[in-house]
Amino acid sequence: MPWVFRGLRNGVLTTGYPRRPDPYADTFRGAVTVVDPAATGEVEELCPTSAITRGEAGQVALDRGRCILCGHCVHQRPDAFAWAEGSEAARLTRPALVVPEHEEDDHALAELRTELARRVRRLRRSVHLRHVDAGSDGADEWEIAALLNPVYDVHRLGIFFTATPRHADILLVTGAGARGMVQPLARTLEAMPQPVVVIAVGTDAISGGLVSPSYATSEGVGHQVPVDVWVPGSPASPFAILHGILLALDRVPTRRSEVPA
Amino acid sequence: MSTTVSIASSPLTEWRTLVCKEIQAGRRLAGLFGTATGEDVRITAALADLTGGIRLLDTVLPSWQRDYPALTPDARAAFWYERELHDLFGIEPTGHPRLDPLVLPLPDTTSRPRPGSSVQPGTLHPTEEAVGRHVLGPGMFTIPHGPVRSGVFESVEYLVETPGEDIPFPQIRVYHKHRGIEKRFEGLSIEDAVLLTERVEGIASVAHALAFCHAVEDLAGVEVPRAAGLVRVIHAELERVANHLDVALRLAEAAGLAVAIARLGWHKERVLRLVSRCCGNRFGRGVVVPGGVSDLPRVAAAELAGELPRLERDITGDEQVLMATASFLDRLRGTGPLSTDLAATHGALGPIGRASGRTEDIREVDRDDGYRHLDPITAPHADAGDAMARLRVRWAEVHDSFDLATAAVEQLDHGVPGSLRADVSTVQGRGVGRAEAPQGEVLYVVEIADGRITRCKPRSASFHNLPLFHSVFAGDILTDFPFIEASFGLSIAGVVL
Repeated sequence: MPWVFRGLRNGVLTTGYPRRPDPYADTFRGAVTVVDPAATGEVEELCPTSAITRGEAGQVALDRGRCILCGHCVHQRPDAFAWAEGSEAARLTRPALVVPEHEEDDHALAELRTELARRVRRLRRSVHLRHVDAGSDGADEWEIAALLNPVYDVHRLGIFFTATPRHADILLVTGAGARGMVQPLARTLEAMPQPVVVIAVGTDAISGGLVSPSYATSEGVGHQVPVDVWVPGSPASPFAILHGILLALDRVPTRRSEVPA
Repeated sequence: MSTTVSIASSPLTEWRTLVCKEIQAGRRLAGLFGTATGEDVRITAALADLTGGIRLLDTVLPSWQRDYPALTPDARAAFWYERELHDLFGIEPTGHPRLDPLVLPLPDTTSRPRPGSSVQPGTLHPTEEAVGRHVLGPGMFTIPHGPVRSGVFESVEYLVETPGEDIPFPQIRVYHKHRGIEKRFEGLSIEDAVLLTERVEGIASVAHALAFCHAVEDLAGVEVPRAAGLVRVIHAELERVANHLDVALRLAEAAGLAVAIARLGWHKERVLRLVSRCCGNRFGRGVVVPGGVSDLPRVAAAELAGELPRLERDITGDEQVLMATASFLDRLRGTGPLSTDLAATHGALGPIGRASGRTEDIREVDRDDGYRHLDPITAPHADAGDAMARLRVRWAEVHDSFDLATAAVEQLDHGVPGSLRADVSTVQGRGVGRAEAPQGEVLYVVEIADGRITRCKPRSASFHNLPLFHSVFAGDILTDFPFIEASFGLSIAGVVL
């Protein structure tokens, strides 16, 4: 009985996101951005995961799919790199994680969106998620599980977690793609009814992050399963994961707290 | 005072006698691992005493010798360590009771990762066939839990062999998550290696970074500045609170207490948010650097000093109701008991050990960092050894953590002068460092040459404690399983690197 009153004690704790902006989501250090693509010097050397590269014309680019948010580059070269505040860092294609964004093929992206929208048409109001850990460091699981706490409360959005792949529509994969999980991951995907959407959660899942190269991983799960949405972060924050799920369902309302490129 | 380290080397036959003698003399086997040096393998046993000393005993297994007499028959705690040695180096501890693959099941003919040798192995594919099955007795059947679990869990496979309802013995398979971290350390700079330590066991990022940095600082012979030590305390204690809340949350989930789940989830989120407001990362990553910390908390000390008691008061309110909920406590009392004898012979670490009569707490033994400036910790302990005792110990630790963090904030608030980092740029040699993670003692043995890591062996409390999971199912039934698992509070990422 005391639980009833405790449950009412603090009122509504739940975020208004995605309907309204959330101050925590909007001020979270969700990504790193390149402020001066023409920066000189050996900026590539600053990055422990080789996320920073130079293009043919010498312009600096940063791959958020490799970035582990250590901030070494921001600390050493504030003239060239800066934290990008915001949580909406998920993208629909792997190349779109590279900033500054080069001229995107609008036509191809539109086609991709249409194809994904066709697949998720029936899932938009109620969707069931299944999570598989393919060699994570354990923190990613905490952040996914956080989606169920009263602050994020994804049930209000018709998003549910299910214990069996047979009931799941979306597969969340974390971890660097450990080879011991290749078979279980494949079997899970196979057990899911079509259509299936796959979301790679975290930098480890996208590229292996700091764990790769390794004899025991496949540098991200993209080599093992067909990924539809890429959510960077080390680990990806609950808001970033929620944004990724909404992006998959084409339910992101406006580009409000999106991480600026 | 920090860990005092002594290193000795001896021939194989003497080495074994020496290790056994140390253990009989009451020292705790804190680790056993190999390092490939060319074609040879150097085996190191780490032995800890209660006064903060770690003794490393080395012996070299020459390239032509692939076996040595196993320690496990005389030192039970070596059980998993020797299986890991076998997997990573292909050496054979003869007389080992059950040398099944543990972290990397490979067919015997393939090459091994051999951490320490500068050679990077090609891709290694673990094969399920290399792991034997042990189902014995009439009417026995096996219920596999995992590796894909029913919920948001890390991948691990428990094979519950049962004649019906009670669980005589669960098999534990952890190899699915093997990431090859030990090899990955090799060749990294010290700064980059810290980032990798934060990803060894992600829910104990701060503790792993601390243990690694203690090893480096010990080698460099420096003490971290006072302010840096206090910042380290704040983050290490907040990490402990978050982890213990997670254990309570999982226990409430196992019991299906909806309101408790929501309340504890909210508190945990508040802790993680507080950490992210202090340093930009929800797991305290990037705070601990070799020689000190990267920055002061970005939240003003006065604000922190107000926030911490508020958080503790809210948590305490729910703790009191939870610990008076009969339907919940009934599931914990007498569940998954770990005897004090086994805890002592195995050297059980952290809250698991302290719920079964152990009193060791590395924060108190080593008094590193800011702990030396704060009141001594009265490591709470109990003797019952069941899931209930483990939860009680964790709650007591949560309150200790708030006290420590608040005291550290107060001292910082009085304006501690000086820098945040000591210079550790020129370090060479082999160092040992440890820290008390929420799961228990984390031990790092680090070798550095020319500013690069040549060998780094992290040993998490999760690795040391998980084998005890075999032995705590005395008369417990299938529905007790989630309670016992949650009460251990371990991370599989830290078990299989």
